[in-house]
Amino acid sequence: MSDGSVALEGVTKRYGSETVVAGISLAIPAGEFFTLLGPSGSGKTTTLSMLAGFVMADEGRVLMGGRDMTRVPPRGRGLGMVFQNYAIFPHLTVAENVAFPLSVKGTSKSEIAARVAEALAMVKLTGFETRYQRQLSGGQQQRVALARAIVAHPRVVLMDEPLGALDKNLRYHMQVEIKDIQRRLGMTVIYVTHDQEEALTMSDRIAIMERGRIAQMGPPREVYEKPQSSFVASFLGEANLLRVRRDGPAVRGPGGSVLVAAEGGLSAAEGLAFVRPEKVRVESGRAEPAPNRLTGKVLHASFLGNIVRYEIDAGDGATLLCDAANAAGVEPHRPGDIVTMIWRPEDSRFLAA
Amino acid sequence: MPLGRLPAWLLLAPALLLLIGVFLVPIGWFLVASIMELGTPAEIWEEVDAVLFSGAVAGALINTNWIGLVVTLLVLVIGYPVSYALSRAKGVAFTLILLCIVLPYFTSTIVRTYAWMVLLGRNGLINQVLLGTGLISEPLNLLYNRTGVVIGMTYVLLPYMVLTLYAAMKAVDMRLLQAAEGMGATPLQVFLRVFAPLTLHGVIAGVLITFILAIGFFVTPALMGGPSDIMIAMLIEREVELTQNWPAAAIMTVVLLTVTLILYGLYSRFSGALEGGAKP
Repeated sequence: MSDGSVALEGVTKRYGSETVVAGISLAIPAGEFFTLLGPSGSGKTTTLSMLAGFVMADEGRVLMGGRDMTRVPPRGRGLGMVFQNYAIFPHLTVAENVAFPLSVKGTSKSEIAARVAEALAMVKLTGFETRYQRQLSGGQQQRVALARAIVAHPRVVLMDEPLGALDKNLRYHMQVEIKDIQRRLGMTVIYVTHDQEEALTMSDRIAIMERGRIAQMGPPREVYEKPQSSFVASFLGEANLLRVRRDGPAVRGPGGSVLVAAEGGLSAAEGLAFVRPEKVRVESGRAEPAPNRLTGKVLHASFLGNIVRYEIDAGDGATLLCDAANAAGVEPHRPGDIVTMIWRPEDSRFLAA
Repeated sequence: MPLGRLPAWLLLAPALLLLIGVFLVPIGWFLVASIMELGTPAEIWEEVDAVLFSGAVAGALINTNWIGLVVTLLVLVIGYPVSYALSRAKGVAFTLILLCIVLPYFTSTIVRTYAWMVLLGRNGLINQVLLGTGLISEPLNLLYNRTGVVIGMTYVLLPYMVLTLYAAMKAVDMRLLQAAEGMGATPLQVFLRVFAPLTLHGVIAGVLITFILAIGFFVTPALMGGPSDIMIAMLIEREVELTQNWPAAAIMTVVLLTVTLILYGLYSRFSGALEGGAKP
């Protein structure tokens, strides 16, 4: 392992007649926090297994630090790993668990002791050395797994849904800590999750996977605000996807309203207009006839604390979600109110249906 | 009343009564009556001393322990890989392996032993094959000696070891082995540092149950062994049937029973660990 960069070139994996990963290519520079995000069955775990060396690719190459690792077994790849179920060895103490990656390589006792102490300090588990797995809480087990992944100072750490089993508070806490450790050690992290919020918070870049392919790859803000498909739009957070059709030079949506979007032209006769709920402004009264202005009737108004979420019937079977900040002096709309929905062209995109 | 609400002792009562009636009471009566026949405690002690330190009993005890040890080790060495295969096999393969191990148990011990005698005899199948292929020039003595006893007992005891180890191995989380591999362990290290320690309690339990059963063996050594392969159970039978020295038989029985119960106490500790020990 040299510089911590990782690349996949046209990697494919089939199980029988089923193609689980279909020709994925990506390049991860050293020090990046890269997330594979997707629903279950999208191929993200298989992709990670091919990076780890547990699964051999049928086609394509796996490169690490520029070296071809496609056929190298896991122990030759020098990676740190955090497993979904933590995989803490029940017959070993915390210290022995953390020491495992070093002791199998025959590292000297004194160096092991120093490295284990350092790793445990980093995950704030100093003092837990002699405990066994059954004496640890879920969060503590997670920390042991993390310490064990970083103890050998790997340039690349793979994490497979490491926070999946933790409750929400602890999750947030661990997200911050993992991110912090990653920055301090300057390591490349390849992270698998199905939790879109986690992916958005932690990642430098996200690859959203759909049926064995990368649907879209980019920084969190870009994939969130500029989805290239309806799958990406609706997988990452809430999205309004309105049916639209071409009418001469114009694009018309619900009630024949004219819609415009800054990017992503409508290539076919019909398609979808995408806009996030928080980008839609809701005003009282009917809409003036202008682009990206729709009249609708409030169906529900849900108070979520910092925001109020409206569900608004825009006619022609279209229902929009609109999030309004619960800002100072704002009087909420009530169910039954007639309102106008407005959004900017740069917040909207036309997508293939 | 639904069956689930019956107290446990009521459900156990028929079996317990049977055990008490046909096992505990007769054996207790046999031991007490036989030993009381001897008279005063001093006289009893004299007889105990005479029996335990007689050449025949000492020899049988040595034989019993030695054969038990060799058989247990052989069963462990043969059984460990079989159990591993069984614990990882699925579907048809699993059923086939399990059938091969368990099916012989639907046959009577005597029949199985005679089957081995057909295979192992001087003109048996094994010797004929070996002579035919020219691997040996003289028939091997596989029967009516220590070799025959060990082969026969190893075969009979193998399933106890396999099934005990299987339970321990089945409980091992395969993801731990993969994790070890991912952390840089070689296949040998994965086995020595993870799999072996996680199945150790199964090995101990399997060794104990095999040894317990081995030291009480009677039919196999009687039929497949030679004149020097007397085990303690055979000696007890001889004292009862031939010499009708019941006190001597009773003393030997007490020795065998004590050893068995001590080992069983250890066994139940380790087999208990099968359910609780390996998991968080």
